[in-house]
Amino acid sequence: MLEFILFSCINSLLYGLLLFMLSSGLTLIFGLMNVLNFAHASFFMLGAYFAYEISTYIGFWPALVFAPLGVGVVGIFIERYGLRSVHKYGHVAELLFTFGVFYVIDELVILIWGRNPVPYEVPGGLDFTLLTIMNTNFSAYRAFMLLISVAMFAVLFFVITRSRLGLIIQAALTHPETVGALGHNVPSVFMYVFGGGAALAGLAGVIGGNYLITEPAMAQNLGPIVFVVVVVGGMGSLTGAFVASLLIAALQTFAVGMEVSLSDLLALWDVYIPEASGIIEDLLRIQVSHTRGMLPYLFMVLMLVFKPKGLMGTREE
Amino acid sequence: MLAVADLNAYYGRSHVLQGVNLKVGEGEIVSLLGRNGVGRSTTCRAIMGLVAPHGSIRFKDKEIAGLKPHAIARLGVGYVPEDREIFPRLTVIQNLILGLKNKGQKGRWTIEDVFELFPRLGERTHVLAGFISGGEQQMLTMCRTLVGDPDFIMIDEPTEGLSPKMIEQVRQLIQEIAQSGISVLLVEQKLTIALAISHRIYIMGHGRIVFEGTPSEFQENTDVRKEWLEI
Repeated sequence: MLEFILFSCINSLLYGLLLFMLSSGLTLIFGLMNVLNFAHASFFMLGAYFAYEISTYIGFWPALVFAPLGVGVVGIFIERYGLRSVHKYGHVAELLFTFGVFYVIDELVILIWGRNPVPYEVPGGLDFTLLTIMNTNFSAYRAFMLLISVAMFAVLFFVITRSRLGLIIQAALTHPETVGALGHNVPSVFMYVFGGGAALAGLAGVIGGNYLITEPAMAQNLGPIVFVVVVVGGMGSLTGAFVASLLIAALQTFAVGMEVSLSDLLALWDVYIPEASGIIEDLLRIQVSHTRGMLPYLFMVLMLVFKPKGLMGTREE
Repeated sequence: MLAVADLNAYYGRSHVLQGVNLKVGEGEIVSLLGRNGVGRSTTCRAIMGLVAPHGSIRFKDKEIAGLKPHAIARLGVGYVPEDREIFPRLTVIQNLILGLKNKGQKGRWTIEDVFELFPRLGERTHVLAGFISGGEQQMLTMCRTLVGDPDFIMIDEPTEGLSPKMIEQVRQLIQEIAQSGISVLLVEQKLTIALAISHRIYIMGHGRIVFEGTPSEFQENTDVRKEWLEI
């Protein structure tokens, strides 16, 4: 039991920080530009593919630096020459634009790398078991992912709360016009935030792509969860996205290891439903671990019903 | 300093500014008066580039109509918006730092000067700006623009909702701003302040300038006052 809790906690933290790496960019872009970027998870996928490509030539370590930078440049390009021109036609046009970008990236990836997964693997230097606690192995690569995620969080926290750029971003979240009138180039701040958000998603792709599977479906698989994180955390709130990332990661990680069903849980309180049949019986038999995929969405629906602004959101809409 | 000629602006299909002409000279305090909704704030926003301007806006003999707000600000135009628009989740000092156009900028007004002039703000440097009083927020908004060292500043309704004591402080600050060599365009509803400190006044009605003159010329002209200001 102790082992289950300990490893679930570590895995939750790891998965949560990865989710935060993706959702931080998405929530900032939404907060600043009011654009829900459908293509955000595509940047995660591009990060993995770029890293795969770079690592086949010059190895994983240069890929760790250059792949996120490359994705950041793609993000900057998309904002500067795409989104900015679409801006004057309103939010629906922007939303449709990012939707289109998602499909374009998806198809480009298939064209270049094919439909099948690519052999992007964990670097040899980190492919060993770091420690074994109570018969469960903890790989060195997972420790490395944790380290990168924590370092990314520290850097992001420092930039947002301590740097001048961070102050401008925070101020532009509530009053972009006033920030512009004070002499700060808000459109270029938007562009760098978009690029930075894309680079962070790309970084998540670099370290997550070889741990998971690098395939064209990876953007589609992760995209919805990232939206859930942003909605649950409160659109535009970085702290909210952080808390929601950890919460949803914990929810999924703990659920996956729980081989208990609803009837088992009811039995704890001596509640038995002997005449249950049909769909009721089926529902009672579903194990918590089988609901893993559904839980975040259920959580989001409940959040939208009871606290539509999200955990830390301040928006009235 | 500033010369606006035949300025038009639109909100959707509504023609808000219909050929505004006005000038502000060096070191001058000029007031823009008029009832609510006649286009005074829109005039400021169009000069600042926050509303698309149609017409000519010359600042220091350079055409600025069509430039982006940050570029206009960097040429030396300052804007203190109505409703204060402080950054509520940032501290007092962070609000002021954002007024600096570049890190470590030193102009006619420094952050130290601000704290010396308004010790109440100095005592609250690390308090979130959303939690200070309305009067302090107004001072903060004006000082935030001042530390960016503008040569010309537009101040929109600075006395709105303030106590008589704070209104007096705002009046003094505006005069000090002008004395430091910054030209001022003041948008006001309170005639007493505008008439007491302005060198010249403009009255707006239906999106255009309907009167231009000195405060004494205005006071002699009771018809203008009745038609365009009294309710």
